[in-house]
Amino acid sequence: MEIPYTTEHRPDTGLYNAKLGVWLFLASEVMLFGGLFSAYVLLRVGAEPGMWPHGWLNVTLGSINTLLLALSAITTLLAWAACKVRDFGKFKIFHACTMILAIAFLGIKSYEYRDKFLHYEIALNNGTFADGHLVEKSADFDLANKTGAVTLHGHIVEDRKELMDLRSPEAQKAEHKELVIPAADIKKMQNYGPWHNTFTAIYFTMSGLHALHILGGTLVIFYLWGPGSRMYKTDPERFTNRIEVSGLFWHFVDLVWIFLFPVMYLT
Amino acid sequence: MSLKAFHLIFVTLLTALSFGCAAWAFQAGSVLWGVTGIAAGIFVIAYGIYFLRKLKNVSYL
Repeated sequence: MEIPYTTEHRPDTGLYNAKLGVWLFLASEVMLFGGLFSAYVLLRVGAEPGMWPHGWLNVTLGSINTLLLALSAITTLLAWAACKVRDFGKFKIFHACTMILAIAFLGIKSYEYRDKFLHYEIALNNGTFADGHLVEKSADFDLANKTGAVTLHGHIVEDRKELMDLRSPEAQKAEHKELVIPAADIKKMQNYGPWHNTFTAIYFTMSGLHALHILGGTLVIFYLWGPGSRMYKTDPERFTNRIEVSGLFWHFVDLVWIFLFPVMYLT
Repeated sequence: MSLKAFHLIFVTLLTALSFGCAAWAFQAGSVLWGVTGIAAGIFVIAYGIYFLRKLKNVSYL
C-alpha cells in the first residue's frame, strides 16, 4: 500500500501530510509549555516578598547553552538546504554538527543539575543557616541518630532571606569557606533539588521537560543521519521532507529555550 | 509554514533575546556582557540577511 501525500501537496491543506502532522503536534506542545509558563508566572507573583530567588542559576553556562542551541538551529537549516540541492555529504556534516551541539547542551545541563544536587541549605539549631556545596560527609554521618559531621564550602547567614538574592551586594561580598557542621547541630538539611522550593520545582520541571525534548530530537536526528538516511538513495524528496519535519521540531525546542533562558536565568 | 519561515521567526526572536540580554547586562552593571549582547544581536541580523539571500528560491509555505 502506498502512503499518500508524502511528497506532493494535499489539495485541501496545501501541505504534504507529515508537515501538517508535525504542526498539529507542535500546537499541542505549545499548550504543554504554555501551561508550564503560566504556572511559573502564577508561582512567581504569588511568592512572599523577598522569597523568590534571584541569581541562583549560572548565567554564563545558560548563555553558552543558548549559543549551542542557536548554532544547532542553523546547522539543522543548512542540513535541510543541503538535502534540497542534493548534496548528501554536506547534509551528513551539518546533521552531525547538530548532534554534537545537542549533546554538548545536555552535558552542560547535566553539570548544572549536578551542581544543584550538591548544593545544600542547612538549618542549624541556633537559628542560623549554613549554605554551600557539599565537600564530604563523614563515614559515620547519620542525621537521624545525630552522629558524624558534614563539610560544606559556603557561608552562614542569620536570615534565610539572605540566601534568596545572590546578586545583592551583601551576597556578592559573602566570604565562602569550609564549614564542618556536626550532625548534632543540624535541624534540617536539604539540597537544591526540585523539592527545595517552588522555584527549583518549576525550574527542574520546565528545564527537565525541555531537556527531554532535546534528547528525543537528538535521537530522531541520529536516526535520520544514520540508518534512516538510506531513504535518500531511494526517495530523496521524501527524505528531504523528513529532514524538514525534524527541523521544525528542533526549531520549536530551540524557541522554547529562547523563552526559558531569560525567564529562569536573568530574572 | 516551511522550515525557512520558522527559521526566520527563530532568528527574529534570537535577535530580540540578544538585545534584551544586552539591556539586562547594562542594567546589572556588566559592560562586557552588554557589548557582547549587542555584538551578538548585530551578528544574528547579518546572518538573517545572509540566510534569506541564500534561500531566496525556497517557499515560505
